[in-house]
Amino acid sequence: MARISDLRWKYRAMMRAYSYRTHDWRPGASLEKPLSEARVAVVTTAALHLPDQPAFDDSRKGGDVSYREVPADANLDSLLVAHKSDAFDHRGIEEDKNLALPLARLGELAGEGRIGSVNHRHFSFMGSIPAPGRLVSRTAPEVAGLLRDDGVDAVLLTPV
Amino acid sequence: MGLIQSVIESSGIPTTSVTLLREVTEKVDPPRALFADYPLGYPLGAPDDPELQRSIVEASLSLLTATDSLPRIESFSP
Repeated sequence: MARISDLRWKYRAMMRAYSYRTHDWRPGASLEKPLSEARVAVVTTAALHLPDQPAFDDSRKGGDVSYREVPADANLDSLLVAHKSDAFDHRGIEEDKNLALPLARLGELAGEGRIGSVNHRHFSFMGSIPAPGRLVSRTAPEVAGLLRDDGVDAVLLTPV
Repeated sequence: MGLIQSVIESSGIPTTSVTLLREVTEKVDPPRALFADYPLGYPLGAPDDPELQRSIVEASLSLLTATDSLPRIESFSP
């Protein structure tokens, strides 16, 4: 199991000491239609970006709260991982981007009628944002608004 | 990740997630999460293993049909 106690001491110290911010989502939203009719989008925090998009800034104090839009028909193999962190093993994601952005899997599920459709775009953030003020006040609500504009019925979030 | 999830959920779209660090997710308190017991960097289990990736995606999506008794954190069993 991935536990905080297994991480290198510097990450362990940071994660234990960190006061995790929460955001009130209650009472929660509900799926208005069967999953087999729902339009699904992915939001990942794997810091994936297209080669022609600016990389995330891994060195920014407080974290980089920006996001990148990834079209559903993007060539997954061409995506780059901006995370430089040695807190995780990068080999898996370098080999198969579906490990954190499962667009091929969603395409299969849509083809088989398990979900209604795959949204035409998905979003990528860089995880590990120690100062999430502008994430909560600006960039995350922006992405929520874009997903609503697209008529997305359900969102799957994936880390790395 | 859980914080972004909570912001999207509060905008009115139901959300679910995959987490590798259950203890962090319990603190961030998002509405729905599937705990997948894999190393950091491997949220959907293994590269080039479509079957495993798909079963994790489907298990997480299945949490969306739950609207009562939130938050829900469930463990993935292969």
